[in-house]
Amino acid sequence: MKPFEHFAPDSVGEVLDLLQSIPKAKLIAGGTDLLLQMKQGSAQPDTVISLKNVEELRGFATRKARFRLGAGMTLRGITRSPELKKHFPGLVYAASVVASEQIRSLATVGGNICNASPSADLIPPLLALDAVAHIVSRDGQRDIPLADFFKGPGKTILKSGEILLSLFLPQPSGNMFYSKHAPRQFMDLAVVGVAVRLQKNQGMVREARVALGAVGPTPLRAKKTEALLTGKTLTPKLMLEAGEMAADECSPIDDIRGSAWYRKRMIKIHVRRNLEALL
Amino acid sequence: MKKIISCTINGVKQELYLDTRKTLLKMLREDLELMGVHLGCGGGDCGACTVLLNGEPVTSCLVLAADCEGSEITTVEGVQQDDKLHPLQQSMVEKGGIQCGFCTPGMVMNSLALLRENPQPTESEVRHALSGNLCRCTGYAKIVEAVMDVKNLDRITG
Ligand SMILES: Cc1cc2nc3c(=O)[nH]c(=O)nc-3n(C[C@H](O)[C@H](O)[C@H](O)COP(=O)(O)OP(=O)(O)OC[C@H]3O[C@@H](n4cnc5c(N)ncnc54)[C@H](O)[C@@H]3O)c2cc1C
Repeated sequence: MKPFEHFAPDSVGEVLDLLQSIPKAKLIAGGTDLLLQMKQGSAQPDTVISLKNVEELRGFATRKARFRLGAGMTLRGITRSPELKKHFPGLVYAASVVASEQIRSLATVGGNICNASPSADLIPPLLALDAVAHIVSRDGQRDIPLADFFKGPGKTILKSGEILLSLFLPQPSGNMFYSKHAPRQFMDLAVVGVAVRLQKNQGMVREARVALGAVGPTPLRAKKTEALLTGKTLTPKLMLEAGEMAADECSPIDDIRGSAWYRKRMIKIHVRRNLEALL
Repeated sequence: MKKIISCTINGVKQELYLDTRKTLLKMLREDLELMGVHLGCGGGDCGACTVLLNGEPVTSCLVLAADCEGSEITTVEGVQQDDKLHPLQQSMVEKGGIQCGFCTPGMVMNSLALLRENPQPTESEVRHALSGNLCRCTGYAKIVEAVMDVKNLDRITG
C-alpha cells in the first residue's frame, strides 16, 4: 500500500474544506470496499478523509412527509432500526443479506451507493423506493434522483469536492420486495438482485417499480416492464410476461458469478416471484 | 506517514504512534502482541480476525488503526474472567467446537456479540450470525451447539 495521510474531521464542513484543498483525497466510510481496493492496489490515494466522526452523516429521521437516511448509517444500524423496519422492511431485508455481521458493522449505505458496483444490494431497493441523493459541496448542494446517479461500474456523477450527505425517501406507497440470487445463502455477492414495488388499488396496479442489479454496467430500472404492469390487474400471464420483458431490458455480461444467459433466466424468475409475493 | 492513536484495548488505555496504513489487525498483533487475532484471508471473508469495536463485531483486517481513535476494542484475550474461561469459551471446549483452533477466536468474538443482544438464539439465528466465520474442521455443527448451549448466561449479558 502507498503511504497516505489520514484525516478524521468531525463535521461535514471540515470534510468539504479538506476536499476543496486536496481534490484527489479519497473518502473512507466503512472502508470495506476502499481498503480492499487499496490493499489490492486499484486505489492508491495520497490522502484519506475518514467520515467516521461525522455525526451529520448518521441517522434516520422523518422530514416533511419524507424520510432522511444518512449516508453514513451502517448496514448493522439499518437492520437494528425499528423505524426503518416499520417503514422500509424491504430495505432492511436487503441490508441483512449483505456480507456478514462483521462487514455490516462497518459498511455504510453511502459506501454501497458511491462504490457503484452493479451488484450492490442496497441500490435496487433504493431505486424502487424512488430515493433521491442529497449531494453537498463547498459550492452548494443538489438533489439528484438515485436513478441518475450512476454512470458505470465504479462511476458516479459525483464531482470533485462533492459528497453524498444523505438520501431522501418519499413516504412509500405500496410494498417493496427485494430478492437476491446467489449460490450461497449468506456471504456471497448477487448473481442478480431484483427489487419490485407495487402500489395497487382494488387489485389494479397504479404504480410499478422494477429495479435490477448485477445485470448491466449500473443497477437499472426496467421501465418498459414498469409500463407493462401499470394500469393492469396482476394475472399469472401478466407476471410471466413482466419477467420476460425485464429479462429483455437488461444487458448482463458473462463473468465468474454467472453467464449472461443464466442471469436473464434468473431475472425472469425473480421478477415473477416478487410480483407473486406482492399479489 | 504516522499518526498518534489512543484507544482502550481489553480495558487498558493505549497510546500508539502508527503508520497510517496499519490495519487494526496488525496493530493488535504487532504492536500489542495480541496473537489471538488471526490473519486469514485479509479481505473480510473468513472472520478469523474478528474483534469487538465499540461492542460491534468487525473484521479487523478491514479497519484502519487510524480510524480507531477513541474506540474501545475487545479481543479474545479480554474475554476470560479472573483467569477462568468465559462460559462461552467453556461451552466451546465442552461441545467440541474447537479443533485446530484457527477460527476459534473469531467465532468466540462474533458469538459473544450475538449472545449479548440475543441470549437465547435459535439455530438459524446462530447460523446467520456466524455466516462470516469460516471453519475448515468442525463442519460447524459443534460450534452452533456450543453457542446455543452456553451456561450461566447472566455472566454474558451482565
Ligand atoms: C467480504 C465482503 C463481502 C461483501 N459482500 C457484499 C454484499 O453481499 N453485497 C453488497 O452490496 N456489497 C458487499 N460488499 C461490499 C461492501 O461491503 C459494501 O459495498 C459496503 O456498503 C461499502 O460501504 P463502506 O462504508 O464500507 O464503503 P467504503 O469502502 O468506505 O467506500 C466505498 C466508496 O464510496 C465512497 N464513499 C463512501 N461514502 C461516501 C460519501 N458519503 N460520499 C461520497 N463518497 C463516499 C468512498 O470514497 C469509496 O470510493 C462486501 C465486501 C466485503 C469485504
